[in-house]
Amino acid sequence: MTTDIRSSIETLKQHLIYLGTVVEEGIKNSIKAVRTLDPVLAAEVQAADSKINALEVNVEEDCLKILALHQPVASDLRFVVTALKMNRELERIGDLAVKVADKVILLNTVQKHDVNPDMIIVPADFEPMFATTLSMFSQLLDAFVNEDSDLAYRILIQDDEVDTAKRHIRKQLDEIARKDPKQQVYHTLLLSIARGLERIADHTTNTAEDIIYMLQGRIVRHEDHLL
Amino acid sequence: MNSQPSIVAIDDPIVQVKELSLFYGQSQALFDLTFDIPRHQVTALIGPSGCGKSTFIRCINRMNDLIDGLHTTGVIRLDGNDIFDRSVDVIDLRRRVGMVFQKSNPFPKSIYENVIFGMRIGGVTEKPILDETVEKSLRRAALWDEVKDRLHDSAMGLSGGQMQRLCIARAIAVSPEIILMDEPCSALDPKSTAHIENLIRDLNGEYTIIIVTHNMQQASRISDYTAFLYEGELIEFGETKKVFTVPVKKATEDYITGRFG
Repeated sequence: MTTDIRSSIETLKQHLIYLGTVVEEGIKNSIKAVRTLDPVLAAEVQAADSKINALEVNVEEDCLKILALHQPVASDLRFVVTALKMNRELERIGDLAVKVADKVILLNTVQKHDVNPDMIIVPADFEPMFATTLSMFSQLLDAFVNEDSDLAYRILIQDDEVDTAKRHIRKQLDEIARKDPKQQVYHTLLLSIARGLERIADHTTNTAEDIIYMLQGRIVRHEDHLL
Repeated sequence: MNSQPSIVAIDDPIVQVKELSLFYGQSQALFDLTFDIPRHQVTALIGPSGCGKSTFIRCINRMNDLIDGLHTTGVIRLDGNDIFDRSVDVIDLRRRVGMVFQKSNPFPKSIYENVIFGMRIGGVTEKPILDETVEKSLRRAALWDEVKDRLHDSAMGLSGGQMQRLCIARAIAVSPEIILMDEPCSALDPKSTAHIENLIRDLNGEYTIIIVTHNMQQASRISDYTAFLYEGELIEFGETKKVFTVPVKKATEDYITGRFG
């Protein structure tokens, strides 16, 4: 057992970064699975979830150990508290990536029974949504690793882009259904995927706010992000 | 440490320190301290050994007057009046500003006589008043229940924690406005420490307490405000909850997280 808080915190940081990269892989794969409607890749995302859960427990234990043994204060305290919150958010993001993957598998079964299986029309705004959500998450890891609060602030602003994309997707789905009513059967699933990604972006934003607290000691959760 | 200190303003200060410097002969121990100490709150002074914490609190009741070759510049005001002024009666000042030391120092007398020692010096002789003061002070110091049946036994038979509470009772007995505490728990076990800490929290609101402590957790547990001194300079003074979560100065951060000191 280490008696030095610095090395305990460094270990915690490494564990959290590792959890972050596994979750990032999950988001990437679930997005790729949506793009290609690939049920095999979607199943991989589902399978990776137990690993994420185990890592989450591990990080929580790291945090509790530091709190109990070192009674951290100031930046150390903010780091551990942020790690606890971030840990939970990352695990939730992992769950959401699995939910997106679930829908890909369901889309495949719907395809098989539908009259016109190859004709799923995916709304155009999914692409910017994929790109922004993924980029927000990788910026999040960068902001955490490099202790970059400016980058964390930039993540907050991008959340609006994802929300807008989701609204557009909803409209586009309505339009597609009006033109071709048979498409309706995919809509709940596609909308769920959009909602899943939107929530991934929300949790990413929450975590960016936690990182700002960690770095600056400022709680920005209920402030206007653009100010 | 050349940058400006970070100091919060206090609405109702009991003590106002202005440009206080202190010299032992040629060597300077305190550098230009300026800050206000809030009334009826607990203020903790933290900082590495030799940073001037004890030297500073000993200025407030002029305990340093007794040291040869020591002189101060600047002002300390107690309720608006300069305590270094010629007209100040030092005995009266020390009644108003009581002190509890690191090592408890009961007199080799009974528990009863220890508590009323200050009143006897003040010329009080009426037994009912003395009895009442003893009970009130010992109750206030959370010691009454443990000693009420042996008030006339020697104070030297008490445990370390009880002796320290007796010293607090003795300080309270003369109704001071401020109680200075110089590491009052450093020689006590965790249970006695908890006792004294609870007592400090309990006295809060009624007395102004200024406490020097090396124990960071203690400072964060019991104080409302924290002052961080380093090499005789005041680096940061602010609300304890702020100082221990988001300190303004890097030196404070480094000290309380154990990066130096």
